[in-house]
Amino acid sequence: MGSIPTQWITPLLLWGLFRAVSGSSVEQKIYVNLNDTAPCVRLLNGTHQIGCQSSLAGDVGVIHFLESEEDLPWVLTSGPSPPYMVVLEAPLFTRSVMMKLNNGSSRIAGVAVVIPSSSPAQGFSPHTTCPNENTGLYSESYDPSMAHCNTTVWNPLGNGLSYEQFNFPMFSLKDDNGTEVIRQCYLEHNRVVNGSAPGYPLCAMQLSSHMHAVTDTVTCMRRSEGSAFSLSQDKVCDALSNYNVWSSTKSLNNTAKGHKDNETIVIAAARLDSRAFFHGVSLGAEGSASGFITLLAAAAALANITRENPPPRTETFDYIGSSRMVYDMETDNFAIDLDNVHSLVEIGQVGLHNVSGLWLHSDPVSRRNDAVDKEVKSLMDTFQSVATNLNLSLGLPDVSQPLPPASFQRFLRAQPIPGLVLTDHRSHFTNRFFESMYDNAEYLNLTYPADLSPEERFTHVTDTARGLTEVATLVARALYKQAGGAEEWLASIQADSQTVAQLLYGFLVQTRNPWFEAIIPPEDQYLLMPSPPEYYVGVHGSTNNTASSLVYYVLANLTGTALNISRDNCTKREFTDDTESTHMNSYMWVQGVTPPNATEPVSYCVRSTARISRAESPAFLLKDYRSSNFSTWTESRWIRIGARIFLVAGPDLEMLTLGVGVAVLLASLLLTYVINSKADFLFSSGREPANATY
Amino acid sequence: MTASVFFGCTFIAFGPAIALFLFTIARDPLRVIFLIAGAFFWLVSLLLSSLVWFISVQISNKESPEQQKGLLIFGVVLSVLLQELFRFGYYKLLKKANEGLLALSQEETMPISVRQLAYVSGLGFGFMSGAFSVVNILADSVGPGTVGIHGDSQHFFLSSAFMTMAIILLHMFWGVVFFDACEKRRWWCLVVVVASHLLVSCLTFQNPYYVGSLVPTYVIMFLMGAWAFCCAGGSLRNLKLCLTCKDKDFLLANHRPR
Repeated sequence: MGSIPTQWITPLLLWGLFRAVSGSSVEQKIYVNLNDTAPCVRLLNGTHQIGCQSSLAGDVGVIHFLESEEDLPWVLTSGPSPPYMVVLEAPLFTRSVMMKLNNGSSRIAGVAVVIPSSSPAQGFSPHTTCPNENTGLYSESYDPSMAHCNTTVWNPLGNGLSYEQFNFPMFSLKDDNGTEVIRQCYLEHNRVVNGSAPGYPLCAMQLSSHMHAVTDTVTCMRRSEGSAFSLSQDKVCDALSNYNVWSSTKSLNNTAKGHKDNETIVIAAARLDSRAFFHGVSLGAEGSASGFITLLAAAAALANITRENPPPRTETFDYIGSSRMVYDMETDNFAIDLDNVHSLVEIGQVGLHNVSGLWLHSDPVSRRNDAVDKEVKSLMDTFQSVATNLNLSLGLPDVSQPLPPASFQRFLRAQPIPGLVLTDHRSHFTNRFFESMYDNAEYLNLTYPADLSPEERFTHVTDTARGLTEVATLVARALYKQAGGAEEWLASIQADSQTVAQLLYGFLVQTRNPWFEAIIPPEDQYLLMPSPPEYYVGVHGSTNNTASSLVYYVLANLTGTALNISRDNCTKREFTDDTESTHMNSYMWVQGVTPPNATEPVSYCVRSTARISRAESPAFLLKDYRSSNFSTWTESRWIRIGARIFLVAGPDLEMLTLGVGVAVLLASLLLTYVINSKADFLFSSGREPANATY
Repeated sequence: MTASVFFGCTFIAFGPAIALFLFTIARDPLRVIFLIAGAFFWLVSLLLSSLVWFISVQISNKESPEQQKGLLIFGVVLSVLLQELFRFGYYKLLKKANEGLLALSQEETMPISVRQLAYVSGLGFGFMSGAFSVVNILADSVGPGTVGIHGDSQHFFLSSAFMTMAIILLHMFWGVVFFDACEKRRWWCLVVVVASHLLVSCLTFQNPYYVGSLVPTYVIMFLMGAWAFCCAGGSLRNLKLCLTCKDKDFLLANHRPR
């Protein structure tokens, strides 16, 4: 409908009645909003800020599709209508291109990256080459030859883009219909034909991602403090925090903190979180999901058998989770303390072990101590013997090689504990997409035959699932033996491949599936969505604890027991004095399944030793925001994030409009004044006599 | 399209109206009151016609574009007729009010003549009509984008502003002619006024072919302006004398009472 009848109802009423949408029709003629975008946000630590920033109302730039690196001078120096909004295809999203754009940022309004559906063949990792190098074990004081990855570079494909600061906004666009609109608009209006610049109107994009925090954590915490409520508008940044999930095979009194006599614990740990360059697209299939899914399966296999303590936790940003757990153990704020720990086994990235085999890493420096060395060797022998029985290839890298980035490093910083890290890489990571958006289910070869429905996919056991099941069985049996279990029971410990397949589906494909529905409480059903959970750490109060909550419920279900008691008895257990109280166990009321011929699910109570504890860096407890020992990462707050495209008119047309308007106004003022002063004369003929009324 | 387009279009659309208000109406409170009352009458006519249109759209078939287009044309015609009806109603109300005012006041002459009332009420209609036409468009012109990404014409803002200016002035001229015709009982003049109003409204169906709607509208505006000038007491001789600056000499020579 192109006609605008000016004498009639306002366009708003018209279109509002036709389409019942909010937002005026004129706005719809001008702007096309882009959905399905992910922004790059600002993060701060004790000394720096990283990420991207836009101006308050958003940055507007003329769209330019960058064809190659040689095309950069058009955008940076020779193009006639700056500022430009550069649209990159994924192969051009490299460090050299981004650094050049960052340097020429007065002419760059922003960058949009088009994400293809398939991953780049050569690998891509925006993380640094040496992850967590400043807060791990290997520092100048511990061993200078191993600090800063001098011996082994763990992530050689890392380009460090996630840790750079950009002065313009950056968004990622999915390669779908929305991006097609942008391409069409660009081809119609912005194409350079025969070297001559395109004329106005030009296609432009506006990206809004204004971040409130600046400089570093010290500054933003200083500006945020003094606000009474945690969600008030005065705060400009929030500490990155999430939850640690842990449980034990034997009930531990969680209320009595500190050292427990006669308790020695073997800890098994895995990482839970992940990150990507753009906010909200991190999956970490190989980087973290493979590890914690294996651990959950091993915990299920070991349930009711031995004493063991498997905690998945958050580790991307300088070991937030493990540093907090170690700190809690040191300050007697945890159910056990470090003296109770006998040894530790950590499961790192294990998803690609069928390609590169399984390897056990140990810390050479702590092994210089004979007692520790003996324990480590015996742990290694245990693993080797179990692996041989299972026909798995398990290798030992060079003794002088340090530990890869792992939570175990934070434990060793506090106390020399014997332990091992199980991974699928011998020296540098096998994972070519460490901490990037391409580390997804497809990278783990988690593919289902095309003709399966979602329910069938959920129960389909893929090769990936089978592979991880073997690793889980290995871990379970080795831990059992390590914890002093008898040999004859070893063969009966077997991880279930069906469980692993369901875990892989639930955590990497979509959370809405029958098993998850049954094991989480009725009030938390909103956690289930037709997409995988978000593994980014997030801040307290945001919805980013989906993954840790789900892990908690799964752990409770796999290691706990169902009780036949009423809901009231289940949820109000804290006042009971007996050994079944909430001091020793956790109780939760879960939804359960709907039996056939019934409409309501049958809910029940689950008792387990699974617990969830806050994982916020100790730096925020101690209010030491410049700490070099603990993570000081915070995330900036923002109000509005959005992207839209439209046409911009040339500045000469705008000035012309203004000029015409001013001219019309002045001319009409002049004319009116003149006519008014001569009005008596002008309108005098045919006038009625002065004393007539009408 | 940024602030310069916003101000440019505002000045184009409301420039003449603001100038007229400042110089001729703002000083006299009675005129201001009648202006606002006139604007209110136009608003009520809009309300009634929009009610009818709303109901008819709800009961119609929303999927068929021909029916919607037909409904739109029906709505336009109905609105024009209602506006002119309300103009007539305002005229009648003003006549009655004048009788009452005269009875109350001590003076012998009317505080405001019918011609002035015609002009003021026409301008009131124009102000409100212009505001409803263009304010939404102006609000969207402040943003960074301009119309066109879906293929519409780029000159949307400019032509809307010019159209609004023409409509405001047209309402003023129609008011003058209408009241004069009612005074002198020349009913064919009324018909011409209503017909020209209908013509201008239906011309907008030519949009986005803006030349086709703007040029005829401006032609009609100048014609109506000339007619209103004559109705208001002007003549070609007076105009010529004014333009050649001989008006003062003429007055002095003829001792015409002012």
